[in-house]
Order: sequence, then structure tokens, then C-alpha cells
Amino acid sequence: MAKGSFEVKVGLAEMLKGGVIMDVMNTEQAQIAEDSGAVAVMALERIPALIRKEGGISRMSDPEMIREIQKKVSIPVMAKVRIGHFAEAQILEALEVDFIDESEVLTPADEANHIWKHDFKIPFVCGCRNLGEALRRIGEGAALIRTKGEAGSGNIVEAVRHMRMVTSSIKKLTTMGQDELMAEAKEMGAPFSLVQQVAKLGKLPVPNFAAGGVATPADASLMMQLGAQTVFVGSGIFMSEEPAPRAKAIVEAVTYADDPEKLANISSGLKKAMKGLDISEIPEDQLLQERGW
Amino acid sequence: MTVGVLALQGNYEKHLEKLESLDCPAVLIKYPNQLSQVDGLVLPGGESTCMTLLMEKTGFHTAVSKFAKEKPIFGTCAGLVLMASESNDSRIASLNLIDVTVDRNGYGRQVHSGIHPVELKLNGHTISESSMFIRAPKITRIGGNVEIIGKMGMDPVAVRQDHHLASCFHPEMSQDSNIYSLFLEMIHSHCLANAV
Repeated sequence: MAKGSFEVKVGLAEMLKGGVIMDVMNTEQAQIAEDSGAVAVMALERIPALIRKEGGISRMSDPEMIREIQKKVSIPVMAKVRIGHFAEAQILEALEVDFIDESEVLTPADEANHIWKHDFKIPFVCGCRNLGEALRRIGEGAALIRTKGEAGSGNIVEAVRHMRMVTSSIKKLTTMGQDELMAEAKEMGAPFSLVQQVAKLGKLPVPNFAAGGVATPADASLMMQLGAQTVFVGSGIFMSEEPAPRAKAIVEAVTYADDPEKLANISSGLKKAMKGLDISEIPEDQLLQERGW
Repeated sequence: MTVGVLALQGNYEKHLEKLESLDCPAVLIKYPNQLSQVDGLVLPGGESTCMTLLMEKTGFHTAVSKFAKEKPIFGTCAGLVLMASESNDSRIASLNLIDVTVDRNGYGRQVHSGIHPVELKLNGHTISESSMFIRAPKITRIGGNVEIIGKMGMDPVAVRQDHHLASCFHPEMSQDSNIYSLFLEMIHSHCLANAV
């Protein structure tokens, strides 16, 4: 009874709050993630930094690899599908993954449409750069929103920009009169009913997480203090010199995001973080955040 | 009377909102020394593996065990897993507060999560509530001193032992709040009994 309703989808997103979701490429990494306190793992064949380096088309992961990770860990297992690729999503639903990320990190399959996510029993998470994009995804059925940031860059600047864009637009909506909301909805390209709802609530109707460029405990703390409720870490853990201690440190940094003394200890003695990229070094046509409509 | 909500990871904010909506003063607990300010504690849903690690690292495991000897605790979902005397996962450091065995995610992965009617037995009355189960733990054994408070079909889904209460489902996600009222009564009567 009432399985897979929108409330139940958002329910799982609520349980992931105050945690860290880690990208993993095999069962060994999944085990390290779970042992370090991850609240979920994202199973993918190549983490974003490698996708960026190796190029080619990035697709949904091999179901066999996802099954092995599901057998290995007891925490929720997420996996990515290409934007608009509902057949990949149907396969992930058949595999009973716990969450589907319709992700700009993979090569888009549809240049105009995203997946109609209400058709699925499994919850979806989608990336956004601003409030309009967030509300379009929620309108299509996303149960969780994350910033896009710039995946695989190890650079937090884009995630900060996207989080600030979303929160400042929400603040602006709460100050507007009813008569201004339609024009604003038109301007941001968002469903009117959701614009009204956000203006009333003063927050998104689903949880709001951070992703794209988190590499250190301080990055995690920054995003939490800017309003994220959980942090996705993609390349930041398994592209660093010593993944397990860094993973544990980021988990603790999310819980104690507003305690600088604790963060000083948490951040001490970690080996090198991933090297990272200045955004200006990335050719414009290779910016992952531009994908999605 | 103030109720604390353990805020290491999970759905602690919704518990706080729920308690406040019942006019009960409530605070988030992030440090063990805050426990001395509260009369009861909620252990929220989330991931029990993550919470176990953080509780051991921060000294909460010992502090909550000590707190539980004197004051009531209410665990939901992952909170139940931590309170159960036994689970199917050896990595979970049990607080050993309720003599039940639980099977983590016993009701299956997210695709099997749902909202189901639960029959609650409260003060001699039976009340039916719609309750949300998210990758919920299943109670597979009930110890002799454990009272079954809630059932879904034949399955026990809410239990009480002495001054502790736990549920497989998420009352913080429900419109109803009968089980919170029970917990607040338990805290109240416990405070009175200790004051005598």
C-alpha cells in the first residue's frame, strides 16, 4: 500500500540528511565508504575526474557491478543515468537501486527533455545551477535536489555559486507579492505552483544537498553552512592520496560543520587532497554543468 | 521538561519540529555534555552504521548508555537498530536497551518502502495510524520483558521496555503524533517517580 509515492521518495532523502554520499567504482571502494560512515554510495564506472581525463561517452554503469556493490554494503546504493535516458532508469529500477541520479556527469541522451520521474517508484536526485532549474526538476518528480557544481574539478567555487543562486532566489521569492510571482515564474522558467509553494515555505519542497567539487572537510563545512543538508563527494575521496582517513574526516566535518575547533582537528594530518582544476582551465564545451535544460 | 534529539546524522530536524508542534521544549544534541540538560532523548532515523561510528568517536555511546539508566529514550528506525539488544549486523554497537532482535532493512530496499496502517495500543485504546516505513528494520524476536505497542498486520513494529520506546517506522513523517504523546507521558511519569 502507498509504495513509491512522492512522500515516500522524499522520506529516504530526509534520512540521508547530515551525511556524506560517496562516489565509488568497485566493491572495495564501496566497503571503504561504508566503513568510513557514508550514508549512501553512488556506484559508477568512472568517477567524474576520470571521465574528464579519458573522454568518450559516459553511460549508466554495468548492472553486474551495481549488483556486486548492493551485495557488499548495507547502506543505500545510488546509480546514475544519462539525462533523458528513461530506459537506463527502468533498468536501475529493476535492479532495485535506492536512488537514481539523472546526472550531467554522464553524456546526455536527450537534448530537450529530462526523464518524467513521477513514473518511477524509485526516487530521483537531479542537479541544478539555479532555482528555476531546481523547480523544473521537482516538477518532473525529483525527490531531492543537489547543486551541480563542476564535477571532477576538485574546485568548490561552482557549487558555492549554485547554492548561493538557489538560496538568494528563494529569499527573493519570500519578499514578493502574489502579483509578482507569475512574472517571476516566467522569468525563471519554473512551474507556477512550485514558485508559489517556495514563496510560502521559504525553502525547497524537497531536501537540498551539495555536490560538485567537494575535496576537503572545510569544503563540506562550507557547503553545509551555506544551506546544504548533506554533501555528495565524487572524485574528492578516491582521487586523494589516502581515501579512508579523508572519507572519515569529511563525514565528521558534516556533523560538526559549525564547530571550527573540531574542524581544525578533523582536518589535521590528512594526506594530499586531489589536485583539482581551475574552472578557467576547462574548455567551455567540456563544462559538465552546462548539461541539463 | 525538555527533550533532546540526537543530531549526529539523519532526520533529526523533523523530530524537533514535531516535538515543538506539541509544545514540548526540544533541543538538538551534538555533544555528550548536553545530555544533562534534557529529560528524554530521541534517537532519529538515518543510517545506523554511520551513527555507530560517530557515536563511538564522540563518546556518545558511553554517555547515552549512562543516560538510558536514568531517563527515557525513544528510537525510530535506525534508533531502534541501535537500541535493540541484537541485530543481524555485527558492526552495530548496540546500546542494549530493548530485548529484541532486529534485521536491518528487513522490509527491503527503497522500492519496498511505503506508508502502511499501524495499530497502536495506547492506554487501553487501539488507534490506527498511517506510518511511513523507509528501508525499515524488522523485529524478528521479542524478549520476555518487552511490550508490543504497535503492529502492522502480524508484525510488531513499535515496542516498549521499562522507560524505553522504539519503532520501525517514522512518526516524525506522519500527520499523527500519538506515539510522541506516549513518549512524553513516559518522560513525565518517569520524572515524577524519580522526584519522589
